[in-house]
Amino acid sequence: MNYKNKKNIAIVDYGVGNLHSLTKALGHFGQNVFITEDADEIRVADAIVMPGVGAFKSGMEGLKIRGLVNTVKDFSKTGKPVLGICLGAQLLMSEGYEFGKLKGLNIIPGKVVPFGKIKEKVPHIGWNEIYPATKMGWSKTLFELIRPNIDVYFVHSYMFKPKDRKNILALTKYGNFEFCSAIKKGNIYGCQFHPEKSGELGLKIIGNFIKLI
Amino acid sequence: MKKIRIIPRLDIKGSNVVKGIHCEGLRIVGNPKDLACKYYKEGADELLCMDVVASLYQRNLDFNLLKSFSDGIFVPITVGGGIRSTNDINSALRAGADKVAINTYAIKNPQFLNEAVKKFGSQCIVLSIEAKKRPDGGWEAYTDGGREKTGIDAVQWSKKAIKLGVGEIILTSIDHDGIRKGYDIELISAISSFSPVPLIVHGGADSPDSFLDVLKKCRPEGLSAASVFHYGDFSIKDIKKHLFNKGFPIRYEL
Repeated sequence: MNYKNKKNIAIVDYGVGNLHSLTKALGHFGQNVFITEDADEIRVADAIVMPGVGAFKSGMEGLKIRGLVNTVKDFSKTGKPVLGICLGAQLLMSEGYEFGKLKGLNIIPGKVVPFGKIKEKVPHIGWNEIYPATKMGWSKTLFELIRPNIDVYFVHSYMFKPKDRKNILALTKYGNFEFCSAIKKGNIYGCQFHPEKSGELGLKIIGNFIKLI
Repeated sequence: MKKIRIIPRLDIKGSNVVKGIHCEGLRIVGNPKDLACKYYKEGADELLCMDVVASLYQRNLDFNLLKSFSDGIFVPITVGGGIRSTNDINSALRAGADKVAINTYAIKNPQFLNEAVKKFGSQCIVLSIEAKKRPDGGWEAYTDGGREKTGIDAVQWSKKAIKLGVGEIILTSIDHDGIRKGYDIELISAISSFSPVPLIVHGGADSPDSFLDVLKKCRPEGLSAASVFHYGDFSIKDIKKHLFNKGFPIRYEL
C-alpha cells in the first residue's frame, strides 16, 4: 500500500530474510515500510531494500520463483535508492559460489566468494570496524557523517569481490585479512554487515539511506 | 579488529524470564521486554533467548512474545527452544530472530542441521550444547533444557555438528549453570581448543574477573551470562570496562 505523504520503502520478500528486524529498523524513521513479493508494488516504491540471512542459492531461487529477478534489475536502473544487506547485497553481484557457481543479479560487477583459507574463524560473526576504501571518505554516500572505524555487526561466510575498485565503499579487517564490507554504484548500496543490527550507529546508516530517497 | 561479545541470556518460560540452578528450580526474574530493553541500552552486543521448556512440551517458543520484545532491540538476537523444522526457523526469523540455536531436535536428527544450513546459511544456524560432566571423564550432551540424558559425548557431538555446517556453538555447562563460581574452564577448553567456528560460552559467570579468566584461558568469541546481570550485581558496562582495561577488544557505542 502506498502513501502520498510518506516515502514508500519496499522490503523485497524472497523467502529467506530477517524481515522483522529490518522492518522495525526502517520503520523507526516514520516512513511507510512494507514487506512485499509483488512485482507491481516493488516497481512503484520510492526505494527498495533486499534483506539478508540465507544462502546465495536459496536467495536467487527465491527471487526466481516469485518472478522478481527482472523486477529488481529494472528497479536498479531507475536511479531510485537500493539497499542490499548481507545476502541481499551479495545477490546484487554477478555471481556467487555458495553451493556451486551461480548467477547473481549482475547489478554490480563482481563475485561473491568464500573467505577461503584464512587464519581467523569462519563464519565471521560479531562486531568489527568499517573504514573508507579511499581518501575520498564517505561524504555524499550512505555513510555520510559516519565516523570511520565504527563497529558494526557482521555475520557471514562469503564476501564481495567487486571487479571494479570504485564500487568499494568500505573495507574491514578480519585479523590480518582485509575485505570489502560495503559496495556502491550510483544510488545502489550493499552492506555485508547488518545496519539494522548495529545498535544506534547502525540506525544512523539506515536514516542516511532514507535521506537518499 | 573483531570484538569480544558480551551476551546476556534470557531463559524464557511462559511469558517470563526465569533463572535456575543447574538448569533446574526455575525462578521468575522479570519480563522479557523490560530485560531485553535494559540490556540493549546497557550495551549488550547480542541477546540470547532460550525457551527452556519448549522442547520438553514439544511446542515452539512463543513467536508473538518474541515479536513483542524484539521491537526496539537493534542488536542481534539468537533464539532457541523447540526448533524442529525449517518452518520454525522461518517463523523465528520473521519474529525478530537473527540466528536460531538448536539442541534437542538436532541430537535426534543430526541431518536437520545440514538441511537448515543449506536453506539459511551456516551463519544463521547455531548449535546449542548443554553439557554435564560424566563421573568417568568427559561430558555428556543433554537435551530438553538440560533435563534429558542422551548418552552422547558432547565434544564428539560438537565435531559432528561442525561437519554438518553449524556456524556457531553455544556451550552451556549444566554443572556451572546458576551457581556463579566462574565459567567451566575445563569443558570450554575441550571445545575451544579445536573449534573452527565461533564459540559462545555460558554457565557460572560471577564477577568481571570470571569473564576475564575464561577469555585468558580459552578465548571464546562470546561470553554469555544470566544471573550476574539479572540480579544486578554487575552491569554489562562494568564487565566491558574491566575487559577493555585488561586490553581485550570491546565494542563501545559513542
